[in-house]
Amino acid sequence: MKKLIVAASCALAMAAGTVQAKDWKEIRIAFDVPYEPFEYKDENGELTGFEVELAEAMCAEMKADCEFVIQAWDGMIPGLLARKFDAIMSSMSITPERAERVLFSEPYYNTPGGWFAPESFNTDVTDMDAMKGKVVGVQRGTTMDTFVTDKMGGIVTIKRYTTADDMVLDLEGQRLDVVFVDYPVGEQTVLSKDGFKEVGEPVKLGEGVGVAMRQRDKDLAGKVNATLKKLKNDGTYDTIMKKYFNYDIKM
Amino acid sequence: MPDFIAQWLNQNEIFTAMTMVEYWNGLVSTVQLVFLSLVIGLVCAVPLAILRTSRNPLVSTPVWLYTYLFRGTPLLIQLYIIYYGIAQIPGIQETFWWEIFREPFYPALLAFTLNTAAYTTEIIRGAIMSTPHGEIEAAKAYGMNWFMRMRRIILPSAARRAVQAYSNEVIFMLHSSAIASVVTIVDLTGAARNIYSRFYAPFDAFIFVALIYMVLTFILVFAFRKLENHLLRHQRPVSN
Repeated sequence: MKKLIVAASCALAMAAGTVQAKDWKEIRIAFDVPYEPFEYKDENGELTGFEVELAEAMCAEMKADCEFVIQAWDGMIPGLLARKFDAIMSSMSITPERAERVLFSEPYYNTPGGWFAPESFNTDVTDMDAMKGKVVGVQRGTTMDTFVTDKMGGIVTIKRYTTADDMVLDLEGQRLDVVFVDYPVGEQTVLSKDGFKEVGEPVKLGEGVGVAMRQRDKDLAGKVNATLKKLKNDGTYDTIMKKYFNYDIKM
Repeated sequence: MPDFIAQWLNQNEIFTAMTMVEYWNGLVSTVQLVFLSLVIGLVCAVPLAILRTSRNPLVSTPVWLYTYLFRGTPLLIQLYIIYYGIAQIPGIQETFWWEIFREPFYPALLAFTLNTAAYTTEIIRGAIMSTPHGEIEAAKAYGMNWFMRMRRIILPSAARRAVQAYSNEVIFMLHSSAIASVVTIVDLTGAARNIYSRFYAPFDAFIFVALIYMVLTFILVFAFRKLENHLLRHQRPVSN
């Protein structure tokens, strides 16, 4: 009887062992849509965009079976830690605060933050005296939020929004003087409308965007880094980038 | 905040002095918003409830329609319509109304007030309708006119019946006010969301704010129990 128990527990331990040593043939990757042109649904409802195509190329290279998960931005890191998915490829900029919770790959792109305002706005955004009392819109929890909070905290009034759509609506409604958003987003949502312009210079923020994974999944990070490097060198990355951007975001 | 408390707090990772100030400011806006909307809502609800009980359909139907609309749609939708809808009216930015509706506080206050006034109207109407007929007949026999009957008999008697249902409405309103954060108001929930997105610590940020809401609720429950004891003191046993 005792032998049987020992044998059973050995078998269990081995079974558990195989589960733990994942070979990453199945990877669940999370995106927050819409975030054009990085990830969005086309007119047929298919998930597409720069990061989606990059993820597809990466999975093909790794010979992994990937499942794409849609997750709202607020719940990204908690969802990753709760193992709802294994990796985030949703334009997550690498920051020290985030790096404490997740494991980042090498950066795979970087876009600056841009200032966008109505045509009538003619204040220098770097001039703190002139900016005093202005109302600035940012997306909550973004690197742009951190930048404005740290640099202009007591000077301007900061309004934080969950989605870019709500923020643009308030910019149109003149509740905001200027918004500070990820450059491609501002280009898509603000500049596409009449009567709006870009103000000042785009600001390079942070260390770029990386794939976020759980701290313990170092083996996955190793594979992802090797694959990304290969894609960047063999021209696959450039082909995808040129499809979506007319400027360089490669890192 | 005294320096030694700030220093002691700054040893924490998440609940630093800055975080605490943010929560405190959130508490202030929540209390302001809920208190003002409840007070204005109650003041509007009493006359509306009286109109709602009128036998003349020209008087009672508009009030019925109002309560029907505002009780039949979610508060979040009402807030969205008032906050984003008003900004879309062409030319509103040039009128003096914009001074009021530019800030998110007043659209939110308007939405909350209209919503709570609709519910409170129905609560008070129910209490008025269930006034024992004998009380009204007795008042008439004493020769009281309509106004005096209302003031001396019907409304005080209705208040005693309405207070329990109204205490629920007050607590619901406190909890509903959490949606103010979607229109950029930094109320308690807004503060919690900011802190959550800064430290990526959902449990810490939201459990802390849940405790604050609970304390506020307990204070309200306690206050309403005192009020009920006061209003319903004639129902207590005489012996002690």
